[in-house]
Amino acid sequence: MIAMPDPDTQILARRDEIAAQLRMLLPAASVIAEAERMRAYESDGLTAYRQMPLVVALPETTKQVAAVLRWARREGIKIVPRGAGTSLSGGALPVADAIVLGLGKFKAVLDIDYANRTVTVQPGVTNLAISKAVDAAGFYYAPDPSSQIACTIGGNVAENSGGVHCLKYGLTTNNVLGVEFVTPDGEIVRIGGKHLDAPGYDLLGLLTGSEGLLGIVTEVTVRILQKPETARALLLGFATAEEGGDCVAAIIAAGIIPGGMEMMDRPAIHAAEAFVHAGYPLDVEALLIVELDGCAAEVDHLIERVEAIAKSHGVVVSRVSTTEAERMNFWAGRKAAFPAVGRISPDYYCMDGTIPRAALPRVLAAMRDMSTKYGLGVANVFHAGDGNLHPLILYDANVPGELDRAEAFGADILKLCVDVGGVLTGEHGVGVEKRDLMEYQFDAIDLEQQHRLKRAFDEDLRFNPGKVFPTLHRCAEEGRVHVHRGETRFPDLPRF
Amino acid sequence: MTDLPNRLRPRDEADLAELVRSASGPLEPIGGATKRALGAPVAFEQGGATLLDLAAFDGIVAYEPAELTLTVGAATSLGVVQRELDAKQQMLAFEPMDPRVLLGSVGTPTVGGTVAAALSGPRRIKSGGARDHLLGLKAVNGRGEPFKAGGRVVKNVTGYDVPKLFAGSWGTLGVMTELTLKVLPAPETERTLLIDADDASIAISILSRALGSSHEVAGAAVVNGRAAIRIEGFGPSVAWRVDALARELGAPTIEVLDADISRAFWRDVRDVRPLATAPIVWRVSTTPSLAAAFVARVAQTTSLRALYDWGGGLIWLGLDAPHADAVRGALVDGHAMLFKAPAEIRARIPVFQPAPPTLADLERRVKQSFDPDNRLNPGRR
Ligand SMILES: Cc1cc2nc3c(=O)[nH]c(=O)nc-3n(C[C@H](O)[C@H](O)[C@H](O)COP(=O)(O)OP(=O)(O)OC[C@H]3O[C@@H](n4cnc5c(N)ncnc54)[C@H](O)[C@@H]3O)c2cc1C
Repeated sequence: MIAMPDPDTQILARRDEIAAQLRMLLPAASVIAEAERMRAYESDGLTAYRQMPLVVALPETTKQVAAVLRWARREGIKIVPRGAGTSLSGGALPVADAIVLGLGKFKAVLDIDYANRTVTVQPGVTNLAISKAVDAAGFYYAPDPSSQIACTIGGNVAENSGGVHCLKYGLTTNNVLGVEFVTPDGEIVRIGGKHLDAPGYDLLGLLTGSEGLLGIVTEVTVRILQKPETARALLLGFATAEEGGDCVAAIIAAGIIPGGMEMMDRPAIHAAEAFVHAGYPLDVEALLIVELDGCAAEVDHLIERVEAIAKSHGVVVSRVSTTEAERMNFWAGRKAAFPAVGRISPDYYCMDGTIPRAALPRVLAAMRDMSTKYGLGVANVFHAGDGNLHPLILYDANVPGELDRAEAFGADILKLCVDVGGVLTGEHGVGVEKRDLMEYQFDAIDLEQQHRLKRAFDEDLRFNPGKVFPTLHRCAEEGRVHVHRGETRFPDLPRF
Repeated sequence: MTDLPNRLRPRDEADLAELVRSASGPLEPIGGATKRALGAPVAFEQGGATLLDLAAFDGIVAYEPAELTLTVGAATSLGVVQRELDAKQQMLAFEPMDPRVLLGSVGTPTVGGTVAAALSGPRRIKSGGARDHLLGLKAVNGRGEPFKAGGRVVKNVTGYDVPKLFAGSWGTLGVMTELTLKVLPAPETERTLLIDADDASIAISILSRALGSSHEVAGAAVVNGRAAIRIEGFGPSVAWRVDALARELGAPTIEVLDADISRAFWRDVRDVRPLATAPIVWRVSTTPSLAAAFVARVAQTTSLRALYDWGGGLIWLGLDAPHADAVRGALVDGHAMLFKAPAEIRARIPVFQPAPPTLADLERRVKQSFDPDNRLNPGRR
């Protein structure tokens, strides 16, 4: 397990007084200090880690956020920002001597502007609620993390979240136009809006993906798009992962950027098929789902081209959806891949590295060797278009030593991603989980420069301490997203 | 270019780091030196800075078309890169402008300078700006420390997104030596619809309807009293969308430009060629639906020529004199950059929209975190 910084005992001793002071700044219902009610906040999507907060504050207005932050600064109290708590890297994990500042009461859709194609919302609005708010007019918000019914736009901004559609439509950072945020000093700052680009430094770009380390986002303006007229998908099976990877490369080299392009390896295919009976072929090493969206003229044209490319890359199974039901069926197994793996193994945990796609065969082969070395299975689902891997390591927490082996296996995979020219995380963030691996990807000087940036916003390092950057207090193992007997924290969410 | 004074030519990264570390005065990094007339003049009071000529950082380091990534030395010529991408039917999707048309400068624009100035072109509205395509970089900060940030893959959230800060940093945070960019397939073909519109507000509302459709508009400008809408992609798709859009907009006179003419048309929009002769040019970013009223307010003070891009969200104003108060005073939201003006004027009038105090303070601290002694391009922004 990863160690968090030692709590400040003086702050811990002042807990009741701190709660009382918060009650003077906030409505009574906005301060939670009782253990049984705080329990809901003790972890996030990285469920192996738990920590009770000092106090939970749920302000209702930006002014209240600013007042709390000014007070917290004076008192030297640390802050952990929190949205829906679905982070898979421990980004929203409480810290013993910090206030959890939740944005759960920031639920309003403030402005819908079809003429300028923007929506402005408070940060506690869920990702999906934005699309729902504009659905009747045919619009949607493109980035679609599979947690979208639960995760908030504030959390999406903090994590720069992605989804299946991000290959074509961009990540959060490419779709956010402006924010209002409150600095660790308690100053309210607006950046961007309905116009494009910044007159000065692109602080909007810096804040996006900053994992709650630089301030509290209190308002978000995003761009919305008209929904594509139609979508169709191909299901393509290959005898080797190499051929599957080559096919992906050839599709992109042909100038085609599909709406979604996902790959599964043999263990993932088998687990998914056993679970949802989507009709997946079982005698292939790699299964590719390629979705094309746009006007019918384009989709029909590209389906033919992708079919031809697949044929010339040794595809052994090739199906094209002709109805919406068929398209959904292609996706059913992929969407159920995580819970499906949860059925074949008592526990699994999910990794999230990115590699240059050309390295896929090498990485998969190395993973097989590691799998033998650690004596643990691994199933792979893969955002094939952008090289973002989600290996699921299978283990049983009840067998002594397996958890440790699984964690070591996971760290080896992420290091391998870096070794082949990739990165530690493509969408889940560093958080607590990958904090101590940062030195593997970055040199000391790279990290020092990032740390100086942090101090430009948060001089006394009170925001989300113990996250993202290695600290003096650390131990070697890395924790991961642990799922025990299918009991995930968000069982209803589809997993990609 | 050879007559530029006081020029240092670092041979490699270590040499560059040493030069920055030991610099006794201000430094101005240059690639092709085509954009020196953009931004406020560097170290104006001191009579200029020592030039840091980055010519040694030239060349394509890695181009992986199937990975959609390109890594180049900062001083690699934009033209060379574009030819290389052309050969694989790919492009820099943010469609960087050629600054020489408007500024009358000579030399070769480089990738580093292009990204540092973040001059994104018409496709900004669909595919994003320079900021959205800079994946990673190597740079030397104002302390003379070489560091890297970001990565070489298209999807990466490891650590702060420092590359975003460097796009549009105008060489004030660090001296970039190597950049990794996201590249995208170039469209197979394109067409442009031209629609007569009596005034700018009507033209912009036409653009707004087009941009709000599902037809993936890749350019939306108002030029010479006509709304221009670019549709690009695969042949059958472009043909279908052009017809559908023409039908849906139901405008009486629609002219359709074929691929070659369309390309030339958007090159001119990108480079703001219609305003090339104007002595003063402003570049204004605002909410598209507020654009026409903004221009009308400025027009109460001075005669002007306007070109609208980005569906109205980007306004190029050609004037005879700066009229900074009139321009900035008329702006309801967004920002106005004094893009083209003689150096004495750019030294006097804030070239970039001044930020409110709290934001300005944050920006100052960000700058200090990279360049505490203000060595790099002091005064530029
Ligand atoms: C089942 C499941 C599926 C998932 N699928 C995906 C996926 O497909 N793609 C993907 O990218 N992620 C995915 N995730 C991860 C997670 O949903 C995203 O990271 C999401 O953006 C987190 O949002 P949240 O509201 O839950 O934020 P939280 O988990 O509460 O917080 C996340 C981080 O943001 C900070 N934060 C939250 N709100 C604010 C704010 N207003 N201001 C400043 N900082 C703030 C927190 O401090 C923390 O560091 C998945 C998670 C689960 C459980």
